[in-house]
Amino acid sequence: MVPLEWYLVLAAALFCIGTYGVLARRNAVAVLMGVELMLNAVNINLVAFWRYLEPGGATGQAFALFVYAVAAAEAAVGLALIIALWRTRDTVVLEDVDLLQG
Amino acid sequence: MTLEQILFIIFGVLTLGAALMVVVRRNVFHAALFLIVSFFGVAGLYVLLEAPFLAAMQLFIYIGGISILIIFAIMLTHDLMDPEEPGANRQWVVAALVAVALCLVMGWMAFHHNVGASPGPVPENTIVLLGNALVDPEGLVLPFEVASVLLLVALIGAATIARER
Repeated sequence: MVPLEWYLVLAAALFCIGTYGVLARRNAVAVLMGVELMLNAVNINLVAFWRYLEPGGATGQAFALFVYAVAAAEAAVGLALIIALWRTRDTVVLEDVDLLQG
Repeated sequence: MTLEQILFIIFGVLTLGAALMVVVRRNVFHAALFLIVSFFGVAGLYVLLEAPFLAAMQLFIYIGGISILIIFAIMLTHDLMDPEEPGANRQWVVAALVAVALCLVMGWMAFHHNVGASPGPVPENTIVLLGNALVDPEGLVLPFEVASVLLLVALIGAATIARER
C-alpha cells in the first residue's frame, strides 16, 4: 500500500508548480491553468484523506465534487473575462493590463 | 515495492512532469495539451485511491470540459501573443523561490506530523453512499443545491461578460 505521505508530498509539489505558474506566467490563460493545477492538488489531498482516514463516509468525495463545480464556474468566468479583456484592450498579457494602476 | 507503489510513481511522475511543462512551456497551446496529460495522471491517482466515480468525473469535467474551454480561449486570443516573447514575467526567479520554499515546508509538514493512518476497507457501494449523502436533508443537500445555483450564475455571468457589445 502507498503511504499517505506520498500523496501529500505529491499534492504539495503539484500545488507549488501551480503557484509558480500563477506568479510567473505573463499570459492570462496560462495563469488560469496554474489555478487549475492548484485546485487539482487540493482535490488529491481531499480524496487521499478520505481514503486513509474515513473510507466509510462520503464527505471527502463530496467535497472534491464541490471543488469540481467551483473549478468549472471559475474557468468559465475567468475565460470570459480574458475574452472581454482581449476585445477591449487587445492583449492577454497581464503586465499590459494596468487600467486600475494609479 | 508493490505494483500499487509502482503505479503511483508512474502516475505521479506523469502528473508532475506534465504540470512542470505547463508552467515552463512558452507556447500556451502546448501548455494546454500538457495540462490534459496532467489531469489524466490525477485521474489515475483517483483510481489508485479507489475513487472510480471521481476518476470518471475528472475525465469528464476537467479533460472534457475545462480543457476544451481553455483551448477555445487560446484559439480566440492566440494571434495576439507573439511566440517569440518570453513566457514568464520579470519576477519569475522570486516566484520559483517562493514555490520551492512552500513545497519544502509542506513536504516537511507531511512527514513531520505523522498521521500514521492505515487505510481501512472501502465499502462496495461508495457511489450509492455519495449519492445518498448529496440529497440527504441531514447531509449535504444544501451545498449541493448552492453548487447548482453557483453554476447557473457563473454560466449567465460568463455569457454576459464575453458578449459582443
